[in-house]
Amino acid sequence: MAGVFTPWWRNRRLLPWIVQAAVGLLLLVLVAFLVGNLVRNLTAAGLLLSWSWLGNPAGFDISETLLPFDASLPYWRALLAGLVNTLRVVLVGLVGATLLGTLVGTASFSSNALLKRLARIYVELIRNIPLLLQLVFWYFVVFLALPNGTAAIQLPGVVLAKSGLFLGAPELVNGVWQSPLKITVEFGALLTGLVVYTAAFIAEVVRGGVASVPQGQWEAAGSLGFSPLQTLRRIVLPQALRVIVPGLNSQYISLAKNSSLAVACGYTDLYSVAETSLNQSGRAVEVVLILLGAYLVIDLLISAVMNGLNGLVQLRER
Amino acid sequence: MDAVPPLRLRPGAWQRLRRGLFASRVDGLISIVLIGFLLAAALGLAKWALFQAQWAVISANSTLFAVGRYPLEQQWRLWLLTTLLALATGLSWGLLRAFPRSGPPVTLWPRNDRWAVAILVVLAIWRPMALQLALPIQMRWWAITGLLLLARWAAGRWGQAIPQVSRRLVPLIWPLLYLVGMVLISGGLGLVQVAPSEWGGLLLTLLMSSFAILLCFPLGVLLALGRRSELPLLRWGSVLYIEFIRGAPLITLLFLGQNILGFLLPGGMAPDRVWRAAWVLTFFAAAYVAEAVRSGLSAVPAGQLEAARSLGLPLPLALIHVVLPQALRVALPATVGQFITLLQDTTLLSLIGLLDLLGTARTVMANPEFLGKNAEVYLVLAVLFWCCCAALGLGSRALEIRLNPQAQPSR
Repeated sequence: MAGVFTPWWRNRRLLPWIVQAAVGLLLLVLVAFLVGNLVRNLTAAGLLLSWSWLGNPAGFDISETLLPFDASLPYWRALLAGLVNTLRVVLVGLVGATLLGTLVGTASFSSNALLKRLARIYVELIRNIPLLLQLVFWYFVVFLALPNGTAAIQLPGVVLAKSGLFLGAPELVNGVWQSPLKITVEFGALLTGLVVYTAAFIAEVVRGGVASVPQGQWEAAGSLGFSPLQTLRRIVLPQALRVIVPGLNSQYISLAKNSSLAVACGYTDLYSVAETSLNQSGRAVEVVLILLGAYLVIDLLISAVMNGLNGLVQLRER
Repeated sequence: MDAVPPLRLRPGAWQRLRRGLFASRVDGLISIVLIGFLLAAALGLAKWALFQAQWAVISANSTLFAVGRYPLEQQWRLWLLTTLLALATGLSWGLLRAFPRSGPPVTLWPRNDRWAVAILVVLAIWRPMALQLALPIQMRWWAITGLLLLARWAAGRWGQAIPQVSRRLVPLIWPLLYLVGMVLISGGLGLVQVAPSEWGGLLLTLLMSSFAILLCFPLGVLLALGRRSELPLLRWGSVLYIEFIRGAPLITLLFLGQNILGFLLPGGMAPDRVWRAAWVLTFFAAAYVAEAVRSGLSAVPAGQLEAARSLGLPLPLALIHVVLPQALRVALPATVGQFITLLQDTTLLSLIGLLDLLGTARTVMANPEFLGKNAEVYLVLAVLFWCCCAALGLGSRALEIRLNPQAQPSR
């Protein structure tokens, strides 16, 4: 190689390493700077990372919980109750949004022009209005405007009042509805908002999936004597699901993340409990770490389940 | 042309209606139920909007909704900015029409433009009146709309006469205007400072979203390129960042920005609460834009980059001139979709105590005078957001057609 001199900026073998070293150094300096400040500032404030405060009594109450909880229980129990509340709304929301979304998505293939148009309008209307606005609308305008007492909406076995949705033989005791199974308006508003919003996106996923099945499949099934409903169930859906399931995955994850807006309609989910815990204890870094970790785990769980489902519906070749 | 009556191959409106709504017995039943339901809903809404709703909450607080607590004696700066924006819009619009992608301009006012003008005129006359603004302020809106249309007409009429060199400079008025707007809004350069805590309402919403949109786009492109880079450090760094951001709900990141950013920076260096939120929004959106751009990048065949490299183009130039133009065109709809989401996500600022549109609405409704006027306020906000988002979507579709090399010139 004598006599051939390659300047370093043209050296194809060296350059990648130089670039990476520069980027790595920059990142390292940035991280060191941030962490250094963090440690210095936290030490100055006397808030250096510690988890023992989680055992202290929380001192605040949670309005609705599945786990028994009161103010004398420790912080970690409060956060756990919040997590369970989040999981509850996410699980019910997933089912509801899938049902409504599939309904709207298939309605856009209806032979009825009005129904088809309505499905489009629903999607365009919901997708262009912020979810938070929809949540406060459901809570303040719809659910909190419900009548109470004898004026409440009564159906056989179900009563919908300002104080909540009562299921299973509700009865009026001293002007207050009571029943074995009660759903609060906060939960109802959050659930309705999440389901209506996510369903619009799921409807688009379903529509895209069904549209990806060639028209010839419908025609072939029809000429073999399948009814439209049979065609959908036996021929089209199994093929459409291959496109739908990956799309559903991201919608489910965004539903789980969106459930953190619960604080807007007074439902005490994980985020809401964490916010109160931070205000009470001042432990900002730990609370944020718990929040980020919890949502990451929920996302990963949903992804794992959906990937399993995806393996089931994908084409298996011998 | 001879007076031969056209063959009626297309079914008439009545027939189409019958076939669409009453093709079979079930269809007919569904249609009747739906029509009844829609009529009832429309009647109920109209009855409520006309007789029960008290729109005074909107007109009495229109300034608050528009600019928040921006000082009254400094509001001329915002009027000036609006006027400049109207002029720039008219100019760009006219020039776009004067220079279609292919061929000479078809007409000065295509059909879509006539619709847009009609909507603008109706808005300029009806909206200030509905808000019961004072007559001088109503007249300001008429003047601004008039200026916009005048600029549009002049640019469309004489746009061809502008020499090519200065025509290339026209898109530059937008970044320039953005900087001018920032100065006008926040003060400095001889203007009185207006602190970010005094910005509010629509002004804050638009400012936050435009700031985040402008900055998240280059960041997102860099992240997407990093994720597809051959250098492991760049690739894994980008992947880690994108997946971390996409795994967390925005509200927890805003929460992080408000509560932890102060600890991460040396004392006194942490920005104001409004700017913290703006930066969090930017970094949040960048991860999603990166994913949109990545899908565009993977649509460009690998041969394109290889061909450019073998012609001797250095990697940065090959990316800028060959790969990115093709990738961004493919990624455009998804990217604009992210921008629309970003605009909607600015409502989350109200949850961390900033006075964006929704935050302003909450303070207005906490006022005892307007207690319980939730429906009116939320409905107006919903219409406002819907229009903004739908307009962005329409703009994206128009841009997509204009950038498509195979597109036919529009009539």
